Amino acid sequence: MRRLLVLIGVLLAAHVALLFVQPRGAVAEDDSAAVDVGIVFDVGGRGDKSFNDGAYKGADSAEAVLGADIRFIEPGEGSDREAGLRLLAAQGMDLVIGVGFIFTDDLTDLAVEYPAVKFAGVDYAVTLDAQGNVVQPPSNLAALKFREEEGSFLVGAIAVLAGGSKRVGFVGGMDIPLIHKFEAGFRAGVRHVCADCTVIAQYAGVTPEAFRNPGKGKELALSQYQSGVNVIFHASGSTGLGVFEAARQTGKFAIGVDADQYSEAPGHIMTSMVKGVDAVTFDAIRRAREGTFQGGIYSYGLKEGGVGYIYDDNNRALIPPEVIDRVEQIKAEIIAGRIQVPSTR
Amino acid sequence: MTTTIARRRVEEALLPPLVALLVALVVGDILIILVGQSPSAVFRLMLSGTWGNWYGFGQVLYKATTLICTGLAVSVALRAGLFNIGGEGQLAAGGFAAAVMGLALPPGTPGVVAIPVCIAAALAAGGLVGAIPGVMKARFGAHEVIVTIMLNFIVLAFLNWIVASHLHVPETLHTPEMRAGTVARLMEWVSPFHGSAVNASLFIAIIAATLVGWMLFRTRAGYELRAVGLQPDAAEYGGVRVGTVWIRTFLIAGALAGLGGINYVLGYKHYYEEGFGGGAGFLGIAVALVGRNHPLGVIIAAFLFATLSQGGLAIHALVPKQMVEVLQGVVILAVAAAVPEVRRLVSGARGGVAA
Repeated sequence: MRRLLVLIGVLLAAHVALLFVQPRGAVAEDDSAAVDVGIVFDVGGRGDKSFNDGAYKGADSAEAVLGADIRFIEPGEGSDREAGLRLLAAQGMDLVIGVGFIFTDDLTDLAVEYPAVKFAGVDYAVTLDAQGNVVQPPSNLAALKFREEEGSFLVGAIAVLAGGSKRVGFVGGMDIPLIHKFEAGFRAGVRHVCADCTVIAQYAGVTPEAFRNPGKGKELALSQYQSGVNVIFHASGSTGLGVFEAARQTGKFAIGVDADQYSEAPGHIMTSMVKGVDAVTFDAIRRAREGTFQGGIYSYGLKEGGVGYIYDDNNRALIPPEVIDRVEQIKAEIIAGRIQVPSTR
Repeated sequence: MTTTIARRRVEEALLPPLVALLVALVVGDILIILVGQSPSAVFRLMLSGTWGNWYGFGQVLYKATTLICTGLAVSVALRAGLFNIGGEGQLAAGGFAAAVMGLALPPGTPGVVAIPVCIAAALAAGGLVGAIPGVMKARFGAHEVIVTIMLNFIVLAFLNWIVASHLHVPETLHTPEMRAGTVARLMEWVSPFHGSAVNASLFIAIIAATLVGWMLFRTRAGYELRAVGLQPDAAEYGGVRVGTVWIRTFLIAGALAGLGGINYVLGYKHYYEEGFGGGAGFLGIAVALVGRNHPLGVIIAAFLFATLSQGGLAIHALVPKQMVEVLQGVVILAVAAAVPEVRRLVSGARGGVAA
């Protein structure tokens, strides 16, 4: 018994002593001048090498360049999504960002509840009321949306002009309007440069699981390549890794999405349709710092540099220069409004 | 003499968790220092984010509610010498049944009718899933650990298939909202709880724990259950039908885990969503272990793990979330090691006095 008491005493003393240790570089509390920003990722979102990591990159550079104070939360379970946002809002953050359309409802509720806090939702899903009008988000909530169809239009043109086949493929993740935008833009881009070309479009599923199913992606891609397709554009999260695998196996090409995905299958990624999640996140933080933050719906397309395609030393050999000239010309026409890109199928 | 025994019982019940907690705290301190943070700052943030404000406290209560149910589900089975690793599947089945029942009821069904019906559905579905390993063990001698683990996969995959192909709201992974049978959130009565998910299911879980305690220690069925757990052959010799007790125990255990599903479904979101359990079924094993298989201990342990979980969110800014998971693991390991060790030290002291 005495030994037990000694043990308890020793442990207690050790704990109390360790409490006073202050490692160098520990976060100092409240340097109040900086703008405080909280970011909540989706469950398991970090490390996806595209969307969530893009937001992380943007916040990271905001920390370095703007001196912003960033707090990240990656919830462990679905019910912690709201809890994460709420925790940050209650801690008096200046700006709280939810990454992904899945945060739409929670962000809307919390923006009403915390009018003094600014909120931003990347890919926030804007809803329509019964008359078909757009429901404006609360005035302290910025819906950060991308015109993915414009970037998809350009890679659609590249797929035909550099692919050497009248059949091109599209593999989508979850069958939802957000992904239909990619398909619609891609189709229109293909048609724009080649009226008698066909687009084979397939989806991996109807649940979020469809964004995490490389096996299904490979299966779809192989069947498309076999039917005479040379280039497949995917908008399917990590399901696309299966598309790349199929491209490598058959010696054909794929087009990446969200971030530059060249390194996933070097030599087989013709280009990538990039979404500037990092730039948009950075921009939201900058505006919060400068006091120019406004709620509302923000749309980022080719004009704002929110979307684009990759053309650099890696893929210069895969796309002839005259194709790039043509695509740049199309890009200028879209920016000038002379080409209207559809966002629905 | 009886007072010595009573005192020793109290010591054996309280000292091991105390030592384990202290060990976990010291290990936690060291880990926090290793990632370059100050332990006092981290623990202060953890406390202020959980017990330090009404919202955080409400979230702790909310998370504890599910854990009480899954912890009971493991501990009741352990009392009968059975390992119930199937809490995750039983929990999901209970939540799903409650959500579907709430959908099937006509809108406007009064709560007095709808809530008990939904709760009964959760109990029945959890019990059904739970009874399978019991029957498999009693009839075919299949080991319950294997059966319960594998049943988790079957149940979760089956439910996800139903939801994804027949019941989901487009663009989501959840069922439509229930038409009747929702239980009140505590913030409707106690306004400072505003925003937190804690709801009346908490009281239902505590009532369940009380009933389990009464059943285990005050009824013949409970006596038989414990006898089978201590020594099945002796119990059989004494006239207990061991197979029946196994099936009955798994039925009760599954129903308890299924009851945990109402916390999320009836009390918080009002629909079934894939993965709503978030590992609470498995964490129930740890809760039962730390709670020493006693209903009161389970409640206390559920609060401990709920605090760690909610506190983990609060300290996310300073330490990576994996740190909190490591800390949870350390608590479990420390308890597992401390129980026999502390008991040895306590009884060693007695021996010394007697000599």
